[in-house]
Amino acid sequence: MKVNCKAEIVKIEQLKQDLYKFSIKAEEIVSSSKPGHFIEIRVVDGIEPLLRRPISIYNLDKENGILEFIFQVKGKGTELLSKRKVGEKLDIIGPLGYGTFKVKDYQNVAIIGGGIGMFPLYELAKELKQKTTTNVHVYMGFRNKELITLEEEFKNVSDELTITTDDGSYGISGFAINELKKDCQKQAPDKIFACGPLPMLKAVQAFANENNIPCEISLEQKMACGLGACLGCAVKTAKSPSDAPEYWHVCKAGPVFNATDVEI
Amino acid sequence: MNTSVNLAGIKMKNPVTVASGTFGYGREFEEFIDLNKLGGICTKGTSLKPRAGNKPPRVYETPAGMLNAIGLQNPGVTYFMENDLPYLKKFDTAIIVNACGSTIEEYVELAKVLNTLDIDGVELNLSCPNVKAGCLAFGTTYEGVKEVTSQVRKVLDKPLIVKLTPNVTDITMPAKGAEDAGADGVSLINTLLGMSIDIHTRRPHLANNTGGLSGPCVKPVGVRMVYQVAGKVNIPILGLGGIVTANDAIEYMLAGASAVSIGTGNFIAPDVAIKVVDGIEDYMKKYNIQDINEIVGTVQMN
Repeated sequence: MKVNCKAEIVKIEQLKQDLYKFSIKAEEIVSSSKPGHFIEIRVVDGIEPLLRRPISIYNLDKENGILEFIFQVKGKGTELLSKRKVGEKLDIIGPLGYGTFKVKDYQNVAIIGGGIGMFPLYELAKELKQKTTTNVHVYMGFRNKELITLEEEFKNVSDELTITTDDGSYGISGFAINELKKDCQKQAPDKIFACGPLPMLKAVQAFANENNIPCEISLEQKMACGLGACLGCAVKTAKSPSDAPEYWHVCKAGPVFNATDVEI
Repeated sequence: MNTSVNLAGIKMKNPVTVASGTFGYGREFEEFIDLNKLGGICTKGTSLKPRAGNKPPRVYETPAGMLNAIGLQNPGVTYFMENDLPYLKKFDTAIIVNACGSTIEEYVELAKVLNTLDIDGVELNLSCPNVKAGCLAFGTTYEGVKEVTSQVRKVLDKPLIVKLTPNVTDITMPAKGAEDAGADGVSLINTLLGMSIDIHTRRPHLANNTGGLSGPCVKPVGVRMVYQVAGKVNIPILGLGGIVTANDAIEYMLAGASAVSIGTGNFIAPDVAIKVVDGIEDYMKKYNIQDINEIVGTVQMN
């Protein structure tokens, strides 16, 4: 059930110079949210900026009805959002999306993310880690040491944690996908979950599809409503030919898709 | 206090409708509002055959507005009549089907199908800026609008509203074309053709390069055009373009609109149309207006 509500900001943490974590009280949304869902936030009441900002859910505290999200200040909308204060109420709609990460009993799961794409993977890892039968291996890729975030948090929700940096300033030097590939030569996971920059997602998708490993990827696309009305956030289906493309929508069929279903 | 209006033969409990392409076929908003409270719903632009739409990115935010180039993605009229119309019929609100096509033949075939359906009216879309064939060919001239409207009129008994593009020198010309061809009303404005460029990649933000501008930034253009058209034609006007509050809606009605549509506003707040309905009633109480129809076209020019 999607809800439009005013959620009180109960905590704000600045994680990096341009990275903020907000905790908001939103019981109704939290109770029906799943890993992979997102919310649409109206950063100000006026008409500028006009559209809501779609932001993924980082953590769900179901007991206390608290939803946490992390965002990077990228433009005027996120800039204004970063200036909001504890105690104020945020106009949000959620949970949004129909395609969410499928949490069930797996044996070996690989969760791979890059940069700010790590955030929607946290709740997933947390819920999978609670399943005692599932071995959770998280791969985190960053450009350099300065950008690494949530290392402790992901350590707590994984059985194994691999961190890579493009420039080798921390962890293993290189791309996270290469570490996943190496590990797969020993034992392939029975499921891969991914979220991150497009080049990484493409590499993960290609690898998973070539090796017949079930894989779910979380996508983003410019969107207006997040409700399935504007049809803005189109993504091409894999089975449709390029001269007669068919489109699904990130907010309606996604944001999480089977890697075999979409062309990115 | 009377809020009901008769727009081009379409009876509505209030003058507030939701605009084509911003409300799907209603389902997406059911969780947020009571659809029975709407005067009417203008459906997503619907064509004879399904349309896939344009490549993404399809939307881009601009100051107090947005650009879109969806490309009329829709499941086609057969799917609509089998799946969406039965759903919409559950509600006590006028159903106005926005009809689009690429050729006159297509518009006529579609109108024949729509004529058999249990709907309240048809909004003929001659004004989508993102589809090359059809809209641009017919929508921008007196002759073009008159030709396609009169062909559709021959096969359509239901109320017919022609949706006009603002991307013309003189919008009263296509409006007159619609009236002379027997349309029951006109709706305006559709989106304004615009473009936005990413200065880092030196490429347009939209995959389609250009798109239709909508939102509060276009409202003054819409109000001006409704005023101009109201002075030239005798058929009623459905006014739209940037309405997000009751005040905006009233402005359009004072300029000459008999009813209004809310478009991009639905993306910001899913309950915006209901707030506009309530706000119009507040305005009527404040100024002791017994019948909302009294205010249509009553702007006093300086």
